[in-house]
Amino acid sequence: MYSDLVLEHFSNPRNVGSIPDADGVGLIGSSICGDMIKIFIKVKDNRIGDIRFQTFGCGAAIATSSMITEMVKGKTMEEARGVTNEAVAEALGGLPPGKMHCSNLAADAMNKALDDYEGKGPRKSRKPLIDKGFGVRGGREMPSEEMKRPPER
Amino acid sequence: MERKTVYMDHAATTPVHPSVLEAMLPYFSRSYGNPSGIYGIGQEARKAADEARATVSSILGCRPSEVIFTSGGTESDNAALKGAAFALKEEGNHIITSTIEHHAVLNTCQYLEKVGFEVTYLSVDQFGMVNIEDLEKAITDKTVLISIMLANNEIGTIEPVSEFAKSAKANAEHSRILFHTDAVQGASVLDLDVDKLGVDMLSLSAHKFHGPKGMGVLYLREGTRFIPQQTGGAQEGNRRAGTENVAGIVGTAAALRLAAENREASSRHCQRLRDRLIEGILTRIEDTYLNGHPTLRLPNNANISFRYVEGEAILLNLDLQGVSASSGSACTAGTEEPSHVLLATGISPEMAHSSLRFSVGPANTDDEIEYVLSVLPGIVERLRAMSPLVAARERNGGNDV
Ligand SMILES: Cc1ncc(COP(=O)(O)O)c(C=O)c1O
Ligand code: FES
Repeated sequence: MYSDLVLEHFSNPRNVGSIPDADGVGLIGSSICGDMIKIFIKVKDNRIGDIRFQTFGCGAAIATSSMITEMVKGKTMEEARGVTNEAVAEALGGLPPGKMHCSNLAADAMNKALDDYEGKGPRKSRKPLIDKGFGVRGGREMPSEEMKRPPER
Repeated sequence: MERKTVYMDHAATTPVHPSVLEAMLPYFSRSYGNPSGIYGIGQEARKAADEARATVSSILGCRPSEVIFTSGGTESDNAALKGAAFALKEEGNHIITSTIEHHAVLNTCQYLEKVGFEVTYLSVDQFGMVNIEDLEKAITDKTVLISIMLANNEIGTIEPVSEFAKSAKANAEHSRILFHTDAVQGASVLDLDVDKLGVDMLSLSAHKFHGPKGMGVLYLREGTRFIPQQTGGAQEGNRRAGTENVAGIVGTAAALRLAAENREASSRHCQRLRDRLIEGILTRIEDTYLNGHPTLRLPNNANISFRYVEGEAILLNLDLQGVSASSGSACTAGTEEPSHVLLATGISPEMAHSSLRFSVGPANTDDEIEYVLSVLPGIVERLRAMSPLVAARERNGGNDV
């Protein structure tokens, strides 16, 4: 169901990790599936110098995270904003139907990181950011309470 | 290295057994007649279908006339619920089912709600068990139909259907209350005797027990009021119209007989492998949890949550290593909601999204279990290394992602 390129990025994701002294951090949780992506950027001369991501999500979420970090690396803020989820999906040779929201997740996390850097969002916020962007069933506060507790059994 | 293929998704479907395929073949192009035809090849087909019906009835412990062949588990569930509900509409409009049923039952109940029925969805405990007292309390003088599955397809929990049926009939103020069970997942491992189960209707699906896809059985107890959901010719005793799928019917019976004959040996084999798999995973991989009931579960089902990683990502990696399993997240089916069954057992959406289902079959081997156990820890470790949830746990006990 996934293209070879999706599987390739999924198997060998680029830019995995975190940046402790990041200039911008974007965290987004999908209101559709509950998966989440966190993107860290380090800015140099108004360009994205370094970028890392962490993803709790499906194959498409991991592959799009990997692809978007590749696509925006070295770009200016404005250029980076121009990288849409469709562009990421296209660069990956397409995504299966029903998986477009996963590419949304990556693009939205990227924009949150840029917002954070540019001070539009709650800068370096300690509070997790909430996604209200998809227009589907509303956003969910991340992380949810349950996530912190060990499962009850 | 040669690419392995290890199939551990027998709850999704099973390969047609070679002897089943062989039994079916003559009815495609040799004895291809319409069973309603009075000539030779028609009568050959009729005889084969009759024999198949007799075989199925002997395994269910019922009369051949109580066996209806359908196009699968979904149709059997639809026909049972709609057929009985519509027939009893004048007497009452209340239906009871559980929150962990297959969508073939749940979505049919939702449809029935739209056309005027009231449905009570019984919740389950943390193991996926329906509580018998809840069932008794839910029965009203309007209740006409109860549908509780014999075993759950995702977590494998086996429901005490015979107790439910007995208690429901004893508690009902009237005798017309009907009991249906979706026995699709139980066919190759559980006793299907309809009198022991005490049910009026029971659904089976052939492709879950090494029969052909697109074939099912609906047991309908004699005297049960029923309005056919597929109308047309007089086939299946006027209860399901359409020229018989003779090859499919023959294959269904051959597969069910095989399942009944091998039930004990196959269950023992599967359970041993399944237990090795569960124990191996729980001991070799941190933060893993068994979903479903520890003992009252299908002998071939292992449903496990791998905290901090998403099920589909593990599955995809397993597939790259040649292992076929399935996830409770059903992401690919276009419904990204975590499994309704896992949520019904009270676990968090994240843990539900982190679940995998392995369902073993008679052809699986110890070597295959060992293979899965050898590749799985590395996969989970790699995915956890990129999970924001793990990072959060390490930084501050998970208090802030
Ligand atoms: C419990 C249960 N009921 C019904 C079905 C539907 O059966 P079928 O695929 O034959 O329509 C399935 C199979 O997915 C099942 O597991
Ligand atoms: S299904 Fe959740 S991100 Fe793809």
